[in-house]
Amino acid sequence: MSTIRCDIVSAQEEIFSGEAAMVFATGTMGELGISPRHAPLITALKPGPVRVQKPDGEEAFYFVSGGILEVQPHVVTVLADTAVRGADIDEAAAQRAKEEAERELADRTGELEIAEAQAKLAEAIAQLQALQRFRKKLKR
Amino acid sequence: MAGAREITGKIRSIENTKKVTSALEMVSASKIRKSQDLMNASRPYARMMRRVMGHLHEANPEYRHPFTIERDEVRNVGYIVVSTDRGLCGGLNTNLFKSVLADMAEWQGKGAEVSMVTLGKKAFSFFRRVNVEIPAHAAELGEQPQIEDLIGSIKIMLDAYRDGSIDRVYIAYNDFINTMSQRPTLERLLPLPETDDEDLRDIWDYIYEPDAEALLDTVLVRYIEALVYQAVLENLASEHAARMIAMKNATENAGELIDELKLAYNKARQAAITQEISEIVGGAAAV
Repeated sequence: MSTIRCDIVSAQEEIFSGEAAMVFATGTMGELGISPRHAPLITALKPGPVRVQKPDGEEAFYFVSGGILEVQPHVVTVLADTAVRGADIDEAAAQRAKEEAERELADRTGELEIAEAQAKLAEAIAQLQALQRFRKKLKR
Repeated sequence: MAGAREITGKIRSIENTKKVTSALEMVSASKIRKSQDLMNASRPYARMMRRVMGHLHEANPEYRHPFTIERDEVRNVGYIVVSTDRGLCGGLNTNLFKSVLADMAEWQGKGAEVSMVTLGKKAFSFFRRVNVEIPAHAAELGEQPQIEDLIGSIKIMLDAYRDGSIDRVYIAYNDFINTMSQRPTLERLLPLPETDDEDLRDIWDYIYEPDAEALLDTVLVRYIEALVYQAVLENLASEHAARMIAMKNATENAGELIDELKLAYNKARQAAITQEISEIVGGAAAV
């Protein structure tokens, strides 16, 4: 029986790597079933399961939140997203990052930080001086 | 002599410090391993991404995505600076910030404007005092950074690049070489440097669903996100390694200080005894 190599990876981990008899996934244009020697294809994936049928008949399911699927005659590559993506969701994330920066910038703790650092510096200097005095005393 | 008791107090306080630093050292040592595993786990994705990008490019040599087009004039430069949230990691952040500042000064010398996205608290609290605009910030990424937490900040940079308000994007992070050395690294993110990929011999004409341009856009955005994510992981491993070394040094210094103080204590004790004896002898002689 002919097989096709299947690699499923996400940015955070390698999810599956091995030989498969057939691979099923949900593309943006519909369900896909990929058997060995499928025509070269590249498509975006919808959130949904990716089903890998192994040569011994066993099946493995992986849920992907979207991503990209590339088919070459002997290799299927699934680049899985770890999070559900979409223009609106991404926009919201960008908005959050922006607000985070604005909030932090508006926050006047910056001055507090300086005061804290100055206090620490004064303490360190005092300790250093004490130590130096102490060493001098020893030498005498 | 009053010195002896003061010295014992000091010795005790340094011993406590030493306990803390050696505990921190051990914690960091165990975290290095974990962050290295994360780093290795994320590598296949970027590699496959590059392969798909290469295929797409070869299949449509005439189409150039804006992310790959070099702009003649650079008026605005963007940086993504990856730093730690916490201190006590030696010169890790400072060295990185210095190299960013040097690069910034160069661009500003040429009349370019600079804006910056900061990842990690240290970068934010440092660069807010520098004359630079910070349109986005993310911190508290934790021990297992999630790509979701980075998407927003990256999107702001990519959008700015798309609409032309930024002409170049750099990423700055500490490259983890090994436990002993981490290198401050400044890399160009956009426009994407041309890659000569070796495994592009077999070129197929693909069936595209939907069209090639939309797909290429998605792939490029994901690729850049993966690069930033990897930089964050590299920086995380560097942070733990740097902290381990810093704490190791601190522990050793504390040990030395304790030895010196013990010597001083013994001398002080000896002096006190000698003085007492001579006083007694002197007193007896007077009687």
